Amino acid sequence: MLRDEDRIFTNLYGIHDWHIAGAQKRGDWSGTKDLILKGRDWLVEEMKASNLRGRGGAGFPTGMKWSFMPKASPDGRPSYLVVNADESEPGTCKDRDILRHDPHKLVEGCLLASVAMGASACYIYIRGEFYNEASNLQIAIDEAYAAGFLGKNACGSGYDFELYLHRGAGAYICGEETALLESLEGRKGQPRLKPPFPAQCGLYGCPTTVNNVETIAVVPTILRRGAAWFAGFGRPKNNGTKLFCISGHVNKPCTVEEEMSIPLKELIEKHCGGVRGGWDNLLAVIPGGSSVRMIPKSICDTVLMDFDALREVKSGLGTAAVIVMDKSTDIIAAIARLAHFYKHESCGQCTPCREGTGWMWRVMERLVKGNASVEEIDMLLDVTYEIEGHTICALGDAAAWPIQGLIAHFRPVLEERITTYRAAALARSHAA
Amino acid sequence: MSGDHDDVVVEQPKNFAFTAENLERAKAIIAKYPAGRQASAVLPLLYIAQKQHQNWVPRAAMDYIGGLLDMAPIRVYEVATFYTMFNLKPVGTYFLQVCRTTSCWLRGSDDVTETCKRKLGIDIGGTTPDGKFTLVEVECLGACVNAPVLQLHDDLYEDLNVELTEKLLDSLAQGIVPPKGTMIDRQTSAPIGGPDTLTTLRFDGDGNAA
Repeated sequence: MLRDEDRIFTNLYGIHDWHIAGAQKRGDWSGTKDLILKGRDWLVEEMKASNLRGRGGAGFPTGMKWSFMPKASPDGRPSYLVVNADESEPGTCKDRDILRHDPHKLVEGCLLASVAMGASACYIYIRGEFYNEASNLQIAIDEAYAAGFLGKNACGSGYDFELYLHRGAGAYICGEETALLESLEGRKGQPRLKPPFPAQCGLYGCPTTVNNVETIAVVPTILRRGAAWFAGFGRPKNNGTKLFCISGHVNKPCTVEEEMSIPLKELIEKHCGGVRGGWDNLLAVIPGGSSVRMIPKSICDTVLMDFDALREVKSGLGTAAVIVMDKSTDIIAAIARLAHFYKHESCGQCTPCREGTGWMWRVMERLVKGNASVEEIDMLLDVTYEIEGHTICALGDAAAWPIQGLIAHFRPVLEERITTYRAAALARSHAA
Repeated sequence: MSGDHDDVVVEQPKNFAFTAENLERAKAIIAKYPAGRQASAVLPLLYIAQKQHQNWVPRAAMDYIGGLLDMAPIRVYEVATFYTMFNLKPVGTYFLQVCRTTSCWLRGSDDVTETCKRKLGIDIGGTTPDGKFTLVEVECLGACVNAPVLQLHDDLYEDLNVELTEKLLDSLAQGIVPPKGTMIDRQTSAPIGGPDTLTTLRFDGDGNAA
């Protein structure tokens, strides 16, 4: 188990003071000026050496992403950092705890990341439902300004930096980075075609990097304790500590910071009081937020919680939101819920997603009852492949994968549901 | 792209303007964005309008905000209809939003919804005849380890079950809004019974946790 001394989010549960005084007691804002003065190249190299991979789901190496930002601006365009705090992936509530309980880690991280990318301003886009979280974060920003840590000559470093908070208004799609930029510019959150990538043409047509809250909030601690410290956790290329949110059928659902590559079983048994009814009562787990394929118990027995291990079993670490389902779960209904979610959240821009998510949900609702033919399972699977990879953004993929996971691991359950329904219907017609 | 905004036929007020205080608030928000990029403020301004106007945004408010931000009215309408947090028709005094997505569903969100329906005598999307309660179902509210949850205006009520939902509704019926957050004995998102991590830390005032 990760030692408490190696946990970054020391106020994860809001037991301590989240204001600036409490944050400074926990080590935030210590030596920030010196880190800034080490310069942009050092910051990027240190982040590369830490092997931090983006915590928003895709797992792209953070240092490398930062290095894509232009070094100079011959045309005078400013560079921006945009922080994605639109946490909406079902199962995921890790950023919420950072925003409300450890906001200064994020605020300090915004400054350091912006220095590393030459960004003069940063916008934090927070989901509208997080009203209280936004309120805490705004207070933290105001406190940092009052202390001289932000604004002109931030931390006395000579670097000028402005930080703004922007609230969204209820749209999952705005967690997609280009939809987020559209929304931030005052439009519907509909993703943009890439290229151009945000690093060339992002917010207001300027070079922009979009990073997840957790990614940015771990930056100050990594820089203070050293890349080697962070890289010392987890398996190669899957390094660091990570916030996991475990929800569903465990005895004690919780958010917890652990070492990357921790076995899934250990995570659930050590921190969550085990699966309801014991490990053998486990049916399946969605290990990385709703957008990844589920894994059945046989895989859960041994799988490690990191990017590469979960990719090997055709799932993904995603946001590390672990949704646990015990044997009492109607697994078809569980995925039908997700199908409804994606239908609801499709922005409507691309036809395969707009039409496909609704179509898949309707078929899923029939499959919950068993009111379908066995051939329709393959037809449904076929449609998921027609949607996957054929849309501007990854929402189409995200809608397809949960259903693919269901069919891959629980096809017999689907078939049995259909057989039972048909037998009952036949019996009714004979009786009539 | 929710269907919630379809077929909006409501009596619209003719005029809308921010109160002096809200206008100041709006100006401070507009100042966050570069010159010429004031359209960025459309979401926060719509939100202020909704707060000022009994928790729904009338057409006149969209036109007013379009004027403030130099946006064509249609640009404001398409934003207001795209984002689910804007109510485009009147709602009850207490606007209850029950999360229905998988993490909450696994822990009994259907019970929460059914309890609301039964106690209030309304269906999803309905408002009680006295105008006190409106009930809707929403997608993931981002508090999954405290499932099931219900949002009332700006606050979440967490770790609900049938009894706690009844208690919450009874309290609201008397005009008392209970404290937000978890409804059981629990420290935010920590495991029930108390945290099993972060228990050994003392803070020495500088540097790392010691």
